[in-house]
Amino acid sequence: MFITRRAEFSASHVCAQKALSAEQNKELYGPAANPNGHGHNYLLEVTLEGEPDPVTGMVLDLKKLKELIQQAVIDPMDHRFLNYEVPPFDKVVPTTENVAVEIWRRLEPHFEEGNARLNNVRLYETEDLYVDYAGAAGEESR
Amino acid sequence: MRITRRYRFAASHRLHSPAFSENENAELYGKCSNPYGHGHDYVLDVTAVGPVDPTSGQVVHVPTLDLLVSDQVLKDFDHRYLNTDLCEFKTAVPTSENIIRVIEDRLRGRWKESFPSEWPRLESIRLRETKRNSFELKS
Repeated sequence: MFITRRAEFSASHVCAQKALSAEQNKELYGPAANPNGHGHNYLLEVTLEGEPDPVTGMVLDLKKLKELIQQAVIDPMDHRFLNYEVPPFDKVVPTTENVAVEIWRRLEPHFEEGNARLNNVRLYETEDLYVDYAGAAGEESR
Repeated sequence: MRITRRYRFAASHRLHSPAFSENENAELYGKCSNPYGHGHDYVLDVTAVGPVDPTSGQVVHVPTLDLLVSDQVLKDFDHRYLNTDLCEFKTAVPTSENIIRVIEDRLRGRWKESFPSEWPRLESIRLRETKRNSFELKS
């Protein structure tokens, strides 16, 4: 069974590589390369897979999941400038793809034990653009 | 990783097949067969799949995808009467099933011109006719 919990955070970022010129960055990332940054209301959907515990009837206490997402993702990223305030985005370009990978990296260790495994991270940058990431192993098997 | 980009177009159509009588068309397609047609705000989700490029941090260069979808789909579909304005629907009834096939053919036909490398690949297309009806093609 799959369960999905949704959370939101607002953050700013710049998509640009230090090795490229301003023109090359604009070509590659468009207005997302503007040097002073811009922001989004990110919408995150975290999907877990597992069987419900026969006694509690739950895959995982949703309150616990909410707290985990809050601590691992929302608290460090909400109302932050990702490039300056949230490692590794001082070195890694904070594209939606890379932010999703980082969210997976932060959440995954919490689901190594117990009923529930992290199945998918869906990150909406806008209503019209989202990415799905299933971890390195999940990507291989899909 | 999968990346999904959403597009919209407004178009009208009429479901009516010359293979059937007027009564049979009315029976089969109901109000969708009304003679002057009707329209929808279609929502098109295009999903591409591939590894994240380690340098750019991207699966797909979104402006390139936008240009492909705009050239191959939106330019011809948006604010058009599908039955008369698109050659594909001179013969096929523009049901959502047929529309999504045409869209897939058009995107696949030009995909390699926009994305000549092994990745990204076109993974799936979802077409929403109304909030209650959606159609999906997966590769």
